[in-house]
Amino acid sequence: MVAVKETVEQVKQLDVDQYKYGFTTDLEVDKAPKGLNEDIVRFISAKKGEPQWMLDWRLDAFRRWKTMDEPQWARVHYPKIDFNDSYYYAAPKKNAAPKTLDDVDPAILDTYKKLGIPLREQELLAGVQTSKVAVDAVFDSVSVVTTFKEELKKAGVIFCSISEAIKDHPELVKKYLGSVVPVTDNYYATLNCAVFTDGSFVYIPEGTRCPMELSTYFRINEKNTGQFERTLIIAEKGSYVSYLEGCTAPQRDENQLHAAVVELVALDDAEIKYSTVQNWYPGDAEGKGGIYNFVTKRGDCRGANSKISWTQVETGSAITWKYPSCILRGDNSRGEFYSIAVSNGYQQVDSGTKMIHLGKNTTSRIISKGISAGKSQNTYRGQVSAHRKATNARNFTNCDSLLIGETCGAHTVPYLESKNASAVFEHEATTSKISEDQLFYCRQRGLSAEEATALIVNGFVKDVLQQLPMEFAVEAQKLISISLEGSVG
Amino acid sequence: MLEIRNLHVAIEDGSKKILNGLNLTIRDGEVAAIMGPNGSGKSTLSYVIAGKDDYEVLDGEILLDGKNLLEMEPDERAAAGVFLAFQYPLEIPGVATMTFLKAALNAQRKGRGEDELTTPDFMRRVKAGAEKLGIPQDMLKRGLNVGFSGGEKKRMEILQMALLEPSIGILDETDSGLDIDALKIVSEGVNALRSAKRSFLVITHYQRLLNYIVPDTVHVMSKGQIVRTGGKELALELEANGYADYVTNAAA
Ligand SMILES: Nc1ncnc2c1ncn2[C@@H]1O[C@H](COP(=O)(O)OP(=O)(O)OP(=O)(O)O)[C@@H](O)[C@H]1O
Ligand SMILES: [Mg+2]
Repeated sequence: MVAVKETVEQVKQLDVDQYKYGFTTDLEVDKAPKGLNEDIVRFISAKKGEPQWMLDWRLDAFRRWKTMDEPQWARVHYPKIDFNDSYYYAAPKKNAAPKTLDDVDPAILDTYKKLGIPLREQELLAGVQTSKVAVDAVFDSVSVVTTFKEELKKAGVIFCSISEAIKDHPELVKKYLGSVVPVTDNYYATLNCAVFTDGSFVYIPEGTRCPMELSTYFRINEKNTGQFERTLIIAEKGSYVSYLEGCTAPQRDENQLHAAVVELVALDDAEIKYSTVQNWYPGDAEGKGGIYNFVTKRGDCRGANSKISWTQVETGSAITWKYPSCILRGDNSRGEFYSIAVSNGYQQVDSGTKMIHLGKNTTSRIISKGISAGKSQNTYRGQVSAHRKATNARNFTNCDSLLIGETCGAHTVPYLESKNASAVFEHEATTSKISEDQLFYCRQRGLSAEEATALIVNGFVKDVLQQLPMEFAVEAQKLISISLEGSVG
Repeated sequence: MLEIRNLHVAIEDGSKKILNGLNLTIRDGEVAAIMGPNGSGKSTLSYVIAGKDDYEVLDGEILLDGKNLLEMEPDERAAAGVFLAFQYPLEIPGVATMTFLKAALNAQRKGRGEDELTTPDFMRRVKAGAEKLGIPQDMLKRGLNVGFSGGEKKRMEILQMALLEPSIGILDETDSGLDIDALKIVSEGVNALRSAKRSFLVITHYQRLLNYIVPDTVHVMSKGQIVRTGGKELALELEANGYADYVTNAAA
């Protein structure tokens, strides 16, 4: 019992001292005035030099947003957000319009380096990473640079910031933006439509296998600033892309808002693999500060035999509200959701997925592993539905929770809905605890309490870690240990 | 050498006393057997030596080669040479047996200030050890003890002991759940580890095990004390007469 108490103590201490990415970068910034109104929406659009259609789209979204209410159904509690008490645009001044890496403020390059994301292509190649990864680096409200653009262009792949895409590829953006997550989908998504500032755009042409991993690294640096990113990925017929998203933010006493929208479109025989390692600042030991993460991620398996797979490792944020989903529209399409959600301290996680079976012979698989420690609350919320026409829809859901200590909570909220008698949904759920007997057994073999906890937790999440691209699996494993331990890592 | 003097132990919350002034010395290279009725405190003794938290030591000391074990954490005791083969080995889902063995071995080496083993070196040792105990290779890839039969779990305990090379191996009813062939294999595994420096504390209910692992000394435990000590023939006597004498004696 003492062993468990000690572990729980260590786990409690994690946060501030353990959050390695809490530093800030001092930069001169270009900011919108504080607050949220139509002028701010116009300000953002003007800063981006957007065409009129984009501004109209934003203004329409903003007017609709004002009529909407914040959703209350999630198992998360926080004081009412004053949306006027925040900045909606902040960009490093020196970074007005960098063309190449040499134009990027060295302080920003340094920041990414410190975060373990080298942006210089030669550094990337010289590094330990075995395969190439192209990076779009988003700093507060702007994309500062996108690497390997030229090389990707040769393969016909478009990888750029969404701001550039709006200017350079308006026909694609017009066709697909808002086609997966409608403007009025939900409160936060609608807000995002009005004030999104940057994010990534990916287009993989027909029959193309993207020659390298693509990734976006989001960094919130400015105080009191919300980050509203927008990502759109389109995989044409028979194409394939693997995309990874990472996020961190400095330690701040105030809560900061992050409300992203990610839309994926997979056409016939295309496959998109989307992985996230989310490590926003979670708040301190008393639950002060941390990011409010309200995210709408959805993939549309629009074509026959298409496949979308979401893998997420969630360790950060004070509040996580996030349900990466798949609309299985094409016949024989497949959706996957693999998730590890770690909560500690006072973190609150309400996360899960939706698998919406519309086409025939569609299959989906959900593997969710929740780990709760400290005083955190961790909820899995998952919806699986089969439409009337979704003959032979199949879903398998496995949802496991692991509790560390006595003061945390784990909750599972599945919603199953089938309108087609041939649909088969399987649901398995377990809740377990790291037992003091298991810990003692490991320690008798020579492992310290922290090593033992890390080993047991890694065993618990193994199935999901295996889904991550190799380079990131190791990173994620370390991150999970750091999130849970006082002294490991 | 393991020396236990006047050991008094209660359950952590103080509600029940289990060991009542236990004395026991095991010399280097000695195999000591402990027999005794259910609930007499045999497993408790093994847990207290290994450092389990559920118990409170009220008095007495435990020294391993002169070092005070009671001041050490369980993992420090392991690195100092204490190994406990559990009566009921625990399952660790998702952690491949091989991974666990490597983590344990390297943690102990680190604890003793030694270098980690190289992977080929480690693999060689595991393979050789597993073969001797009749443990198939694919079992080493499975989650530790997950879905293992009772007998397989016990063999795995002995494999761990062989790899970790402790100075005292405590076997808590390792024979229970073993079929006759497995009993022989496991006993051979233990005998192969016997050496002039390594001692064993073998807890068992059955004289049969002691035909294979022949003890130097046999101790009878009752109500948290060693109430009689003798040679290997004492086990035969117990088998014939049971514990009736000791239970009443200790109570008197
Ligand atoms: N953690 C505990 N909490 C409560 N009671 C305990 C605890 N550990 C041991 N006991 C009690 O102490 C006594 C001794 O138990 P122990 O397991 O040491 O006996 P044993 O000699 O190993 O028995 P067996 O031969 O059945 O394995 C028993 O009455 C047992 O119920
Ligand atoms: Mg026992």
